[in-house]
Amino acid sequence: MCVALPGKVIEINDRTATVDFSGNQVKADTGLVSVKEGDYVLVHAGCIMQVMRKEEAEELEELFREVEENA
Amino acid sequence: MKITMAHGSGGRATGELIEQIFAKNFNNEVLDKMEDSAVVAGNKKIAVTTDSFVVDPIEFPGGDIGRLCVCGTVNDLLMRGAKPQYLTCGFILQEGADTEVIRRIVESMAETAREAGVQIVAGDTKVVEGNGGMYINTAGVGFVEEDVEISAQQCTPGDVVIISGNMGDHHATILGCRMGIENTIKSDNAPLNEMVNALLTNKIKVHTLRDITRGGLATVLKELAQTSKCTIRLKEDSIPVSPQVRDFCGLLGLEPYYMGNEGKMVAIVAKEDAAKALELIRSSRYGQDAAIIGEVTDEEAGELWMETAIGGIRSLEILQGEGLPRIC
Amino acid sequence: MNLETIKKYLKEYDGEEVALMEVCGSHTGAISKFGIPTLLSKKIRLISGPGCPVCVTPSAYIDRLIELCKEPDTCVATFGDLMRVPGSEKNLSLAKGEGGNVRMVYSPMELLTLAKENPTTNYIFAAVGFETTTPVYALLLESLIRENIKNVKLLTALKTMPAAINWLCASGAPITGFIAPGHVSVITGSDIFKPLADKYGIPFAVAGFQGEEILEALYGLVKCQGSGKVMNFYPKVVTAEGNTVAQKKVATYFEESSAVWRGMGAIEGSGLLLRKEYAEFDAGSADLNEDKKLNKACRCDQVLMGKISPTECPLFRKVCNPMNPQGACMVSEEGSCHQYLVNNRR
Repeated sequence: MCVALPGKVIEINDRTATVDFSGNQVKADTGLVSVKEGDYVLVHAGCIMQVMRKEEAEELEELFREVEENA
Repeated sequence: MKITMAHGSGGRATGELIEQIFAKNFNNEVLDKMEDSAVVAGNKKIAVTTDSFVVDPIEFPGGDIGRLCVCGTVNDLLMRGAKPQYLTCGFILQEGADTEVIRRIVESMAETAREAGVQIVAGDTKVVEGNGGMYINTAGVGFVEEDVEISAQQCTPGDVVIISGNMGDHHATILGCRMGIENTIKSDNAPLNEMVNALLTNKIKVHTLRDITRGGLATVLKELAQTSKCTIRLKEDSIPVSPQVRDFCGLLGLEPYYMGNEGKMVAIVAKEDAAKALELIRSSRYGQDAAIIGEVTDEEAGELWMETAIGGIRSLEILQGEGLPRIC
Repeated sequence: MNLETIKKYLKEYDGEEVALMEVCGSHTGAISKFGIPTLLSKKIRLISGPGCPVCVTPSAYIDRLIELCKEPDTCVATFGDLMRVPGSEKNLSLAKGEGGNVRMVYSPMELLTLAKENPTTNYIFAAVGFETTTPVYALLLESLIRENIKNVKLLTALKTMPAAINWLCASGAPITGFIAPGHVSVITGSDIFKPLADKYGIPFAVAGFQGEEILEALYGLVKCQGSGKVMNFYPKVVTAEGNTVAQKKVATYFEESSAVWRGMGAIEGSGLLLRKEYAEFDAGSADLNEDKKLNKACRCDQVLMGKISPTECPLFRKVCNPMNPQGACMVSEEGSCHQYLVNNRR
């Protein structure tokens, strides 16, 4: 199942990362992303799907500007 | 030593098991007589309840099936305003059960019974085929004062809804054990005597008490709204849930309002007594995280509404189905 | 943008009536969970789409899993929510009760350990899912090949969104905007919806799963109605191009195919099957197309297309409920009917 929560990578061992969600730790495969310890990630069915991006605030702001112009 | 069918034969092995583990830990003047039934002092109004415990695993972080069975039974009595007095217990052991584990569980039961101020006055042991598990059935008796009248039918418009602490700890503990998710969540299994006594002795106008077990908060409150023919309105951001349990639920697609607890109650009290009731629960053992989470209204019979964190209104149903982990 | 401004706009909106479809089942769940319908003007209607992978799996697929779990030395491994999806006669949960070997797992990757520990058991993974889940199966295949594990096969019922959305638009479903699936978009990228937005002149908004994130997407869709704009309100994890590593791995093992969607029939190019060179890992996934209704009055098909609301189905709540589901939309917790029932949506 897809977890919309961001989890934090606390350890990477070969292909498997330990991801922490407020003190709950699960193992996740790293084969779909390039990831390092300390990254926040999205996990689905035992695999990391994506690393959380840092550019989101500016991009959302820009999108809202476009939406207002369109209307 | 492992349990064999001989331990359920009623013969020598049964006798030794009872003597060395059960009687040794549960000793009191009633049980020690080893009669066919216990004869105990009574009261004009008594509360009676029974419950069966089949939890797997039988030992888990924060508790075990022994502590759980005493808490569950004692809390059911307390929820009618009774003072718990006596418990009985029937053990159904599976072949292969380890007597050391049974001893730990029985010791835990005895200790919890002492904490809850009840005597275990009768018991029984049977052995069935299986692979080392155990089940416990209990019955409980409590005394109710003449003027105490607490029931699920008495939620009244204007009343305030208080819960005694964080939601979901027990359920998350058991699921965590089964699914191999590492965390530090512990079961909340606890007897709630102190907080109930505090409410009763201070003459708080308590209309309804319920322990929030299987089905979780939403199921319990929806049933109360139906029984009392009223609406209960909650505010989502006032419902206490620990961050770890919140994320645990998020991981499995579950909601804390549908998670079982074993040491939490909801108290529906008259509005004028709400602040005092909250203070009394908070200063009692196991009640430090208590919170006011909503109110009873006369809008519609049998409705449970929750104002969500973003201000939407959501209608909550009783738990449906079994809550399987989801794919997406 | 301020949340209160967005809420005020959506509550007071009094323009053209809009009908917005959330394609993804997790969005249907989140919309109920946050009480979003109560925050919208009557002119904004939400429609639940076909975005629950379990709900759109045809009965023949379930029947095949049931046959497989009863074969000697065979174990069917599955996500939990597939257990109670009705086949033509029964579900996997009942088959398990009859002695079938069925195992629930949290991740397909658990099969690597299981298969090594039990080398004489043939494991069949019930590989259902959309673009979000398919890369996980690609990773599993990669590991099976690397570690030379021979006792795991997939029975696939893999679906892809764009062709299905195209089919909905072409079938005349009354939709004026789409909340695009958030986690599908993580893999595919938001650009994948551009051709559809252009073709039909309706906006798409990729959304996250928090209440605010869904409200933001709805705001964008109402404001940009009538335009073929693709908006990404989930830039936290979604980019225009998506997760290209995952896309490449999927393309290595799978190829486009026609797929049958429960209640909707076959849609060209809306599915994925294992490529021929990996046929040894396929447990017979092609041609599981028969789709038998459990109850003739069940209207899951029209619910999935957004033509009726779950509450308009004559079986809803009375005959069909989570304890006794008559159609797939009631079985899965992500299903529209299940969500409408447990949240008392009207």
